[in-house]
Amino acid sequence: MDSPFGLLAELTYRCPLACPYCSNPLNLGDYADELDTGEWRRVLREARDLGVLQCHLSGGEPLARRDLAEIVAQAHDLGLYTNLVTSAFGLSRAKAEQLRAAGLDHVQVSIQADEPALSDRIAGTPSFHRKIEAMRVVKALGWPLTVNVVLHRQNIDRVADVLALAEQVGADRVELANTQYYGWAWRNRAALLPSRAQLDAAEVVVRAARNRLRDRMEIIYVLPDYYSRYPKPCMGGWAARQLTVTPNGDVLPCPAAQSLPLPRASVREDPLDRIWAEAPVMTAFRGTDWMPEPCRSCDRRELDFGGCRCQAFQLTGDAARTDPVCHLSPDHSLVSQAVEAANADSRTGDRPLIPRPHRAQSVSTGAPPKTAKLRTQ
Amino acid sequence: MDSKTRREVSTSDRPRLARHVRLTFSEARQRHILLHPETVVVLRGSGAAILELCDGRRTVAEIETELRRRYRDVPDDEVRRFLTGLVARRCVEITDG
Repeated sequence: MDSPFGLLAELTYRCPLACPYCSNPLNLGDYADELDTGEWRRVLREARDLGVLQCHLSGGEPLARRDLAEIVAQAHDLGLYTNLVTSAFGLSRAKAEQLRAAGLDHVQVSIQADEPALSDRIAGTPSFHRKIEAMRVVKALGWPLTVNVVLHRQNIDRVADVLALAEQVGADRVELANTQYYGWAWRNRAALLPSRAQLDAAEVVVRAARNRLRDRMEIIYVLPDYYSRYPKPCMGGWAARQLTVTPNGDVLPCPAAQSLPLPRASVREDPLDRIWAEAPVMTAFRGTDWMPEPCRSCDRRELDFGGCRCQAFQLTGDAARTDPVCHLSPDHSLVSQAVEAANADSRTGDRPLIPRPHRAQSVSTGAPPKTAKLRTQ
Repeated sequence: MDSKTRREVSTSDRPRLARHVRLTFSEARQRHILLHPETVVVLRGSGAAILELCDGRRTVAEIETELRRRYRDVPDDEVRRFLTGLVARRCVEITDG
């Protein structure tokens, strides 16, 4: 068993945005009892002692935590590389300077599209102009800037304009990640999954931009795994390189794993090193012993680790099956049918998206969220 | 990165760590490590010694000379090969002039 390199610290699930592909858990109310500053200090120290080198401060919106600068300072003092993953809501000049002084190394700002009205509609709240302003502050303070964009059926045709925007704000890196279908994104899958023609067109644009900008801006492009022959090597293997701590202190191999029927592990009950080594949530799918066929005898079992456990569970109800994305999976038709449907319908942008309300109350009462219509630009 | 677009480091280049990259030592692993926003490079052998000399002022030739002064055995091209790989991973930049 190796020690983990990265900690995803999900400081809070509070968030001002309502993105329809939100990857946070469906039951936000269960995570309202957040770790306090002292508990996070201890978690960071235990993570460092375990071998963690990178700390990704995420959420929700991590800036909703008033103690964010204290948490950054602790991570920095422990020698961790600190990375803030933010919607930029609340990243004022004063707050940014405070975080810079605390030792924050890198900032990733999300944007939902290059065009203000579309970006605001996907985010579910007016946010585009604030995000651009925050990106300028990040650059002005001398931080490296990564612009994060989640791609899907309703914005992927604008990828050239998205790249132009990233270039214009002076991004050092841009991450174009096609939506992964967990949590809220699962509900919106039909409205979010792009067609093959859309993907092919985007790939041409990305390749040209990479050649043109290769000395100035790094472009990371994550394909939708539904269109791959083999599954993604999810997290570099289950509980192999990364761990996630949720706002209430649950420890997981990845943020989506809260959906799996495994016993909870919490930093409030056990030290991190013991959880990493022994907790069932970590050991359940570590290595290759758990694998069924066709993974067990597959040459690629150490390359893709059988794909994503959460996707296997989401699609088949059994987390221990081969990721149905793999064309060798006996359940592959579950994916190919969704892909067929995405290509049978030529409409791209006019399917309704269900926005993700981020107030715990409205989710826990089970009230059906209203449907918002998102028109093609 | 495509091999045809790969930038080969030459002996007259002046390398330095990319601005968003940090060189550190991991107590838990007892190794020098390069930290990048999304990746970690665990350094072995003389990697850390090479990178500590990459200050944007020394040329690759000067770095090789310094390493030969410290360690007897520095194979030809080892430094250039190592740095070419890190340029491709955007951990090292080449400064002009």
